Amino acid sequence: MQFFGGSDVSPSPPATTAAGHNANMMYMFNRNGVCLFYREWNRPLRTLNPQQDHKLMFGLLFSLKSLTAKMDPTSGDKGNLGMPQLPGQGCSFHSFKTNTYKLSFMESPSGIKIILVTHPKTGDLRESTKYIYNLYVEYVAKNPMYSPGTPISSGSLVDFRNYLMGLSLFIKLEVAN
Amino acid sequence: MATTTTGTAAAAIYSLYIINKSGGLIYYKEYGGVGGTGRMRMDTNDSLRVASLWHSMHAISQQLSPTPSCSGIDLLLADSFDLHCFQSLTGTKFFVVCEPGTPNMESLLKVIYELYTDYVLKNPFYEMEMPIRCELFDINLSVAVQKDRVALLGR
Repeated sequence: MQFFGGSDVSPSPPATTAAGHNANMMYMFNRNGVCLFYREWNRPLRTLNPQQDHKLMFGLLFSLKSLTAKMDPTSGDKGNLGMPQLPGQGCSFHSFKTNTYKLSFMESPSGIKIILVTHPKTGDLRESTKYIYNLYVEYVAKNPMYSPGTPISSGSLVDFRNYLMGLSLFIKLEVAN
Repeated sequence: MATTTTGTAAAAIYSLYIINKSGGLIYYKEYGGVGGTGRMRMDTNDSLRVASLWHSMHAISQQLSPTPSCSGIDLLLADSFDLHCFQSLTGTKFFVVCEPGTPNMESLLKVIYELYTDYVLKNPFYEMEMPIRCELFDINLSVAVQKDRVALLGR
C-alpha cells in the first residue's frame, strides 16, 4: 500500500480473536440500486435468481431506512413515510438479526451501501463495514479506469479483489459474540 | 408468575405495536418520545402504515436468508432506537420500539403475549384480527410496562 502514500486504508482490519466461519454473503450497492459487488461464502439456500435477489435486498434496505426515519423518536415531525431520503438524512439502522442470520449495513454519504450477512451471533460489524468502505475508496473510487455506477468486475480491478480475498479471510475470523 | 417478574429495564420504551397475521395493526400504544414528552409523534394513519411496512419487511427478510427456516427479524438496531419483535406461532407480531440497549425486552414481549392470550383472546366479545378494545388488557399492560418504567426511575 506504500504506493498510495499515507492512505487511511493502512490501519489494520478490526481485531480478530477466534476462528470461525461467520460470513455468509456481502453486497455493495450504489445510490441508484446498482449492485456493484456481490460475494458469497456460504449460502445453502437461494430462493431467487441473482437479479431479483439484488433488487429485493436493495428494496428491503430502502424501505427499512424509510421506516427507521419515520419511527425515530428523537427527531420532530418528518415528511410522510416513503418520502425519499438523502443518504445520511434521518435515523438509519445499522443491523438487524433473525434466527438464521445477522445483516449489518452501512451507508456512506455518497450513497454507497455495504451489506454483510453473517452468522446471527456475530458481534458489531460497523468497524468492518467502515474498513470495507475504505478499501472501496482507495482501490475502486480512486481508480481512473473504473466508471462509477458499474459493477466492480474482477477483470478490471484486481487489487480490490485481492484485498477482498484477504478480507474474506478476516471476515471468517470475526469473533462470534 | 410471569406478570410479576418482568425484570428491571434500564431505559425507556417508546411504543408498542401488535399486528395481526395479515399485517393489519390491531393495537398501538405510544409511551412518549425521548424525555417522556408525551407528545403524539405519529397519527393513526402513520402507525397503520408503519405496521404494514413492518409486516412486509419481516416477510421479505425471510426470503433473503442464506439458510433455510428463517423466522423473520427479531431485532433491529438503529442509531436512536432498538426494535424488538416477537412473532407467535399463529403469526401475530408484537414489536416494541425502545431506547438503544434496553434490556429484557424479549421477556417483556413474552409477558405481553401472555396478557394478550388472557385478556384479549379469552374475551368472548373480541373478534379475531380486529382492533383490540379490551379494558383489562390495557390495564394489565400498563402495569407490566409501568413496572419497568418505575424500576427505571429507581423508585
